[in-house]
Amino acid sequence: MRAGWELVVGLEVHCELETATKLFCGCPNAFGKEPNTNVCPVCLGLPGSLPVVNRQAVELAMAIGTALACEIRPSTFHRKNYFYPDQAKDYQISQYDQPINVAGHLELPDGSRVGIERAHLEEDTGKTTHAGATGRIHGADYSLVDYNRSGVPLVEIVSAPDIRSAAQARAYVSELRAVLVASGASDGKMEEGSMRVDANVSVRSGPDADFGTRCEIKNLNSVRSVGRAIEFEADRQITLIESGEPVVQQTRHWDEDAGRTVALRSKEEAYDYRYFLEPDLVPLAPDDGWVEAVADLLGPLPAARRKQLIGLLGGEEALSASQADQVATVVELGLDGLTLAAAAAGVPVSLALNRTANEAATDAAAARRLESGSFASLLALEAAGSLTATQAKAVLSELLVEGGGDPATIAAARGFESLSHASLASVVDEVAAAHPSEWERYRTGDDEDVKKLTGYLTGQVMRATGGKADGKAVAIELQRRRG
Amino acid sequence: MTGPVDQPRRLTRDEVAHVAALARLELSEEELELFTGQLAEIIEHVADVAELDLAGVEPTVHAVEMTNVLRPDQVRPCLDREEVLAEAPSVEDHRFKVPRILGEAP
Repeated sequence: MRAGWELVVGLEVHCELETATKLFCGCPNAFGKEPNTNVCPVCLGLPGSLPVVNRQAVELAMAIGTALACEIRPSTFHRKNYFYPDQAKDYQISQYDQPINVAGHLELPDGSRVGIERAHLEEDTGKTTHAGATGRIHGADYSLVDYNRSGVPLVEIVSAPDIRSAAQARAYVSELRAVLVASGASDGKMEEGSMRVDANVSVRSGPDADFGTRCEIKNLNSVRSVGRAIEFEADRQITLIESGEPVVQQTRHWDEDAGRTVALRSKEEAYDYRYFLEPDLVPLAPDDGWVEAVADLLGPLPAARRKQLIGLLGGEEALSASQADQVATVVELGLDGLTLAAAAAGVPVSLALNRTANEAATDAAAARRLESGSFASLLALEAAGSLTATQAKAVLSELLVEGGGDPATIAAARGFESLSHASLASVVDEVAAAHPSEWERYRTGDDEDVKKLTGYLTGQVMRATGGKADGKAVAIELQRRRG
Repeated sequence: MTGPVDQPRRLTRDEVAHVAALARLELSEEELELFTGQLAEIIEHVADVAELDLAGVEPTVHAVEMTNVLRPDQVRPCLDREEVLAEAPSVEDHRFKVPRILGEAP
């Protein structure tokens, strides 16, 4: 941020809820299906069809509200009217002046707190594809519409304009994603559009100045683009103001490839949605018993879970920077249950964290389904030296692909058994004999040579043993030969 | 709300033209004149309610006094795609083909 300026950001996050069906009809809520196969009279807006609210969507919205310390209130649905083919009915059903969740907050890992103004229920729109010469809106000859996504339940989470830096915005989105995954509301997949972010950005001369004119940035599809877009936009606005030009209130589109925002439409042509109460739906009015029942189902939230892992690792002071990243990753992906289960089975916490953050996290969806007992017993084998790191990783990837299984059986089926010390020593002898010049350079060379050739020779040993040798044992054996 | 409510001002012809444009309705000059008068009368009729003392009365959200009408999250059969698309004026690649859209989604 340029000196003399303060950034002010509020974020609107649309989160698709992990329900089996859509918000107002029984069509499947599923991503990536054949176009227009998950549709019915309700989500196609056919005359005479009537919406009925999905109980699970309401409960997930309440879970989000609880996780964000919101007040959960009686709420109503409105019609937001507009003509655009992404909605077959020519209106979107959304919550307007009486949303289900209001006045909450989210605490970030750095201790800062961002207010949540509201988190309301609404339906998603269909997917439009612009066809023609350019494939973009401008210059498109016509558009094609797939209504599979139309009516998928969303919760829109609107933050207060409390965010003061691009880094804080990134932290907010990451933490919110972790909370949404933890509450069972979302899979958190930004790349599949199940979480979409719009940013309201303005700048002002200091904390006491009035808010500046804001622009809304759309199309932020990753945590990284949230940060980049905000930085670009703040800079653009400051440049305008410093050269004596006004910032025009408008919606802007983030172009990830070009690394800039471009104007879509200005406030003058803003839509007039003519909201009115949806006559086909009655209000939601959760009583205390229902709110408490939903809250009781909510597991520990990311902040508490990070604290628990950090405690097992010996506290904040004992934590390395990479471990802090690993803790953040496994909690954000909802995989800390694996780490805890392995630790509870007596596996060293740092090993459990490594395998969770580095290996299990590569397929987080599969890892979330993995039985924590299988993971724990696999790591117990590795910790006891019955499997090498390489073997343990291979077994783990099979567990992830197969969705479970007995690690010892898989290891046996693959013929994994640790090499005894004596046979490892003889393999090292064979490798030394087979590569005399490398061996000589390894034994007599400078640090650079040793480093390079340690890698080479380790690779040869691994190859000769079919990956059965333990990396650490090989390193010790090689080191011994130099000594 | 407490205290007397101001008499609402009369609906204008420009407001009717604006709402008609939003609803993609093409109105002739005569229709605009006619509807402005009719709509203004309806609004004034409804505005009679403002003369009542409604302090402490909750707004009526729905004519039926019910809440929490919900369905279980269970998948129900969808429509057959070919049947659905057969009703569309134009189709390409199993999608509804619509005229060129000006601008992004609202």
